[in-house]
Amino acid sequence: MPSAIVNEYFRTNKLPQIWCPGCGHGIITRAITVAIDKLGFDRDKICVVSGIGCSSRATGYLDFDTLHTTHGRALAFATGVKLANPEMKVIVITGDGDASAIGGNHFIHACRRNIGITTIVFNNNIYGMTGGQYSPTTPKFDKGTTAPYGNIDKAFDIPTLAAAAGATYVGRSTAYHTNLLISLIENGLKNDGFSLIEAVSSCPTYYGRKNKKGSAVDMLEWQKDHAVNISAASKMTPEALEGKFLIGEFKNSPEPEYTSEYQKIIDRFIKE
Amino acid sequence: MDKHEIRLSGSGGQGLILAGIILAEAAIIDGKNAVQTQSYGPEARGGASKAEVIISTEKIDFPKVRNCDIFLSLTQKSFDQYGKGIKEDGIIIVDHIVNSQSANNKIYSVPIIDTAVNVIGKPMVVNIVALGVLVALTQIVSKEALEEAVLDRVPKGTEELNKKALEMGYAMGENAKK
Amino acid sequence: MKRKAQLMQGNEACVEGAIAAGMRFFAGYPITPSTEIAEISAEKLPCVGGKFIQMEDEIASMAAIIGASLTGLKSMTATSGPGFSLKQENLGYASISEVPCVVVNVQRGGPSTGLPTSPAQGEIMQARWGTHGDHPVIALTPSSVKETFELTIRAFNLAEKYRMPVILLMDEVIGHMRERVELPEISELEIANRKRPGVSKDAYKPYKADEDLIPPMANFGEGYRYHVTGLVHDETGFPSNSSSVADKLVRRLMDKIETHKDDIIQWEEQNTEDADIVIVSIGGVSRASDTAMKMLRAKGLKVGTFRPITVWPFPEKRLQELAERVKTFVVAEMNLGQMVLEVERIIKDKAEIKRVNKVNGEAVYPEEITAVIEEVL
Repeated sequence: MPSAIVNEYFRTNKLPQIWCPGCGHGIITRAITVAIDKLGFDRDKICVVSGIGCSSRATGYLDFDTLHTTHGRALAFATGVKLANPEMKVIVITGDGDASAIGGNHFIHACRRNIGITTIVFNNNIYGMTGGQYSPTTPKFDKGTTAPYGNIDKAFDIPTLAAAAGATYVGRSTAYHTNLLISLIENGLKNDGFSLIEAVSSCPTYYGRKNKKGSAVDMLEWQKDHAVNISAASKMTPEALEGKFLIGEFKNSPEPEYTSEYQKIIDRFIKE
Repeated sequence: MDKHEIRLSGSGGQGLILAGIILAEAAIIDGKNAVQTQSYGPEARGGASKAEVIISTEKIDFPKVRNCDIFLSLTQKSFDQYGKGIKEDGIIIVDHIVNSQSANNKIYSVPIIDTAVNVIGKPMVVNIVALGVLVALTQIVSKEALEEAVLDRVPKGTEELNKKALEMGYAMGENAKK
Repeated sequence: MKRKAQLMQGNEACVEGAIAAGMRFFAGYPITPSTEIAEISAEKLPCVGGKFIQMEDEIASMAAIIGASLTGLKSMTATSGPGFSLKQENLGYASISEVPCVVVNVQRGGPSTGLPTSPAQGEIMQARWGTHGDHPVIALTPSSVKETFELTIRAFNLAEKYRMPVILLMDEVIGHMRERVELPEISELEIANRKRPGVSKDAYKPYKADEDLIPPMANFGEGYRYHVTGLVHDETGFPSNSSSVADKLVRRLMDKIETHKDDIIQWEEQNTEDADIVIVSIGGVSRASDTAMKMLRAKGLKVGTFRPITVWPFPEKRLQELAERVKTFVVAEMNLGQMVLEVERIIKDKAEIKRVNKVNGEAVYPEEITAVIEEVL
């Protein structure tokens, strides 16, 4: 039986979803709906946009206006939706490859404009839909089907990239740290400008298997053991932080939002 | 049918495309048909630039100049590049600095750039001086229409300056006719 | 009442037409020789409450206008050669997801960066087949500044009516040319808007077509809460791997245009009644064809012109009728032979076909057409 929140916000007739058993994406998708529910937004004024990849299939299951676009371009489509109808709350669901490889340019420019879009990057460190190729967030020396001898690319840190490019709300959580994830998404949605939340997911089928990360449960345990909240990190020694990654709210510095700035130009010509 | 084909050439930044637009707009004010086209390279400044205008009392099909009645050139480079295919009875108007000996047409050599730069002291009005010269020599559009078209197009606050440039050009053109 | 006669550039007329048609959203990226369309849109749209955005590239621009159109705004982007190549993937997206929008391509010399400031017509086939997969295409080709105004409006009308991207295939000759125009009053124009749902929100199926094969369209934000995807989808809009759903969808998309060809196709012909020779051309080249025809008529030669206004769908039926009588067709274009392939396909061996082709960055001149015709005689 689906839970109340799933019944409320999912297109239950489209379930079960296509994700593999043990995939972190379902937890993250649910977290988004919990955040929306907490904020009490008008569901008819929410548009969820996604690109291509495993995570981007989420739009099909969510009961809002949903737009499943082309690979990497979700933010560009979403920019059109938001600017055309600033009343709408626009949420982008994207993956590590979708957002930071093929969509990298759209990503930094959406951050730069500070347009009112909340983006959740489902980061599973791999291209899952195409069968396990290395992505821009695959850790160095890890394996993928296109990195059979180990990946020699340096990985992107997506929150750092977003903050540097101008996103005004930035955070990271994991599928394991669901409550934190929900509150970050909630705060991201409250921010008028561009918000970026990286949700560390897990892909036991490809990334896990290729890199001997164990079962789905082992991978969630790994998230639990390696994530350090940014508030705790400042009190830790570099040695203690070795091999760990940060979660929490990294940036919250509101600035004027793009579509409201554009409205000011219109207001010069059109008086109410 | 009364049809005239005009080619204005010079260096990018001299405002010859704008001159072409003004000339075409003057023709429309006179109640005629006009088409303006241009060709230019990648340079916003420098290089050779050309604007073409066809003025006719009838419908204009092909918009580019094929039988040039009036050729204006403000630089040697543009003269050498675009000064071909002038009609036998066509006229050529060049700035003083242009060596136009290679042409067999009726040639008017006028100190257009010098007038703009040294007499008026505003290099940016060189195109308006040139238009004054050209219209005085050819009467291709009426003087009144030209002035109206110039004033419609130039930036606010520069009307008097441009009127002066037009007058000086016109006077030089009248003078060159003699 | 007519508006006052004025000198106007082709690219400017495009924006005037777009705003008259109801364009309220433009996304673009600077590229010669289409840039004026973006510049003028940036200036004029906020004055009518519309939105302009300069995106990070042409791909994003195409994506943004699709997003904007889904919220109900009439949307357009404009570009030239390299940018048109970049837009192809999302053009296909607009086709399969049936989102109305207008894509302007002011053609310049190619391939690649080619000749940025020079005219060409190298994208006639790209306009038809540029995006992958079977899909319908409407492409309109204006040959004057006034017609650019009119066809931009028509592009919006057709996009709205048939729920699809419509291409306004201009060329640098028309885009950058300025000529005298008298534009009609806005009140005199016929403006079409997308067909709206006639059922309750719960019963709405976004891709359930009416008898005319066109599904009514709800806007995002109105409470229909529907799904749009570039995947093959059924009437509900959700993806399907079913072979029968795929077959039905792609065939309907094609038939949507095929069955309305008579409403869509337009052409212009002059002096074809007695013509032995007919010059076929579009856009800027047609201006040379008109002059060439008049030059040859003055010599007593029976020459006419045929100008497809919709290059896609091509006015096939009419060309076939003409081929029953006309001895020679001369196809003039600023490429090395693209539209002529369509003419050859239609006419087969019913008439002789001659080509005039130019790719040196200059317009086709009337004398280049008359020379080929005089050779025929």
